[in-house]
Amino acid sequence: MDIDKLLLIGNPNVGKSALFSRLTGAKVVVSNYPGTTVEFTQGFMKLNGSNPAIIDVPGIYELQSHSKAEEVALEMLKKGDFIINVVDSTNLERNLSLTLELIEKGIPMVVALNMWDDTKHKGIEIDVEKLRKILGVPVVATCALTGEGIKKLVSHIVEVKPRSSKPLSRNERWEAIGKIVTEVQKLHHRHHTFLEMLADLSIKPSSGAPIAFLILFLSFNVVRFIGETLIGYVFEPFFGYIWAPLMLRLSAVLGSGSPLHTILIGKLAEGSIDFSISFGLLTTGLFVPFAMVLPYIISFYLVLGILEDFGYLPRLAVLADNFMHKLGLHGYSIIPMVLGLGCNVPGALATRLLEGRKEKFIAATLMAVAVPCMAQIAVIVGLLGQRGGRYVALVFLILFTIFVIKGLILNRVIKGRSPEILMEIPPYRIPQPQAVMKKLWMRVFFFLKEAIPYVLLGILFVNILYSLGVITFLGNIFSPVLRNLWGLPREAIGALIIGFLRKDVAVGMLGPLGLTAKQLIIGCTILAVYFPCIATFIVLLKELGIKDMLKSACLMMVTALIAGAVLNLIL
Amino acid sequence: MVISLIEMKPGQVGTVVQLSGGMGFLKRLEGMGIRVGKTVRKLGAGFWKGPQTIEVDGAHFAVGYGMASKIFVEVTT
Repeated sequence: MDIDKLLLIGNPNVGKSALFSRLTGAKVVVSNYPGTTVEFTQGFMKLNGSNPAIIDVPGIYELQSHSKAEEVALEMLKKGDFIINVVDSTNLERNLSLTLELIEKGIPMVVALNMWDDTKHKGIEIDVEKLRKILGVPVVATCALTGEGIKKLVSHIVEVKPRSSKPLSRNERWEAIGKIVTEVQKLHHRHHTFLEMLADLSIKPSSGAPIAFLILFLSFNVVRFIGETLIGYVFEPFFGYIWAPLMLRLSAVLGSGSPLHTILIGKLAEGSIDFSISFGLLTTGLFVPFAMVLPYIISFYLVLGILEDFGYLPRLAVLADNFMHKLGLHGYSIIPMVLGLGCNVPGALATRLLEGRKEKFIAATLMAVAVPCMAQIAVIVGLLGQRGGRYVALVFLILFTIFVIKGLILNRVIKGRSPEILMEIPPYRIPQPQAVMKKLWMRVFFFLKEAIPYVLLGILFVNILYSLGVITFLGNIFSPVLRNLWGLPREAIGALIIGFLRKDVAVGMLGPLGLTAKQLIIGCTILAVYFPCIATFIVLLKELGIKDMLKSACLMMVTALIAGAVLNLIL
Repeated sequence: MVISLIEMKPGQVGTVVQLSGGMGFLKRLEGMGIRVGKTVRKLGAGFWKGPQTIEVDGAHFAVGYGMASKIFVEVTT
């Protein structure tokens, strides 16, 4: 029988995904923190002429489940016919526990002693040959990031069952591991490296908090700087000097006022194209995703990728733990929030990291309500930033206030307790430029592929709804809420409708309405709060289930009603 | 002197002598390599009953305050 399903199994954060991407050539997100893979990823590799499937299983410490991700891992184990057990060689003892459990299963396997390069600077020496003899399964030293040992690993993927061993009790197992480790591993003393000192400093609260502020401040400014530079020197000049004249020519050919002109070019402002107002598919439809959003997507994911690979995010989780507990969450829920800042879809998926139903519900709801995605932020910055940076800051302050108030309330109202934090903090690693760029490209590609069709669809919709009079009709119906409660003109209903589809287009639709700064602030806040975009909604529906999603959606609408009204009164 | 993790001072080193709490919790600790007989170094403590950070076998962990109060250590230095 051929091998047709390989499983990559190991503790969290030992480099399974990096190995997966080496073996399959597939593009998967790899980071330096536990729980990057929450859903199994499947790829195919070449093996002596056949093409077995290879599955990147979420990390587990033992063959038992505590969270959704671990459940996924155990389910997978039933289906595999070959195991690649990925082991962090700098942490042999602990990792071997899972290895012994896996050997007992009697499935053919090979052990990959991954992160082999780290053993050298950590002063750890492992006798691979001896370990192989003791375990009775092939053992290969690998470094997935550089590719060292991968070929050798592949050559050991053959269907040989490990010699059957009787199941050990927990104590017997640890005893066995103790013996193995003393036999195969030698430790050499060496001094703390700079990274380790930094690691110590950034987790002590007294020095960690200032470091966190510094890192967040720097990140924010780098994201802004790169984003603004790309817009100012690349994208805006392109649209202004090259694309606009082309569009004007096309406009002349089509003839202003013709239906095709309205759809492709949109309205002309005093004979010229205003990319933020025209609202044609080829004008605003391309300008919003490429010239407003894409630059910030690039800069945000570049900075995030570096922070992820460096290993900073788990430290942020530890520092934020206390605060997050007041909101019914624990520190680790900072990760879905940070990912949500890029795009709410991966943020919603990352709520799987969280253990309890309460915590998951609160995290998902708070993220959908108060964490605007980068596409939305970019358009808010583009639109409101013209009136002054302080207005943009005010929107963020408002959203943060909503986040806190809503968290405090949900924590009281929802039954159950949020579990305490218990997690491993990975060591700092210097990010590898290639890995960072690869991840950046994957995420940018994801944005282009997922976002652009929706943006274009959104703009097409706007034009159709306008020409059919639907927007005017609904505007009249909802004008009591819009006008009296929120102080917005009835035309703003168009933005609210399109917001279901795509938030960046929706915010962009506020542009041509000629709103005051106050109205823009209220509009931007409501658009962020009232409902997630369709893509996020679908993921949340899957993650929370229909009942909880309905509850969550009601909460969002109520929050939008109240927040809009309060802002209208106090601003 | 046997004290809990929360009573340890940052920088102190000790040996784990007792773990109390539910079976699930104990198994999780075990899976992470925090077991009786292991040497623990306390790294830091969060403000206002925040998470305690420790080092075991060169790996760093964050342990919630309540959980940390169930891990008992014989302090050596």
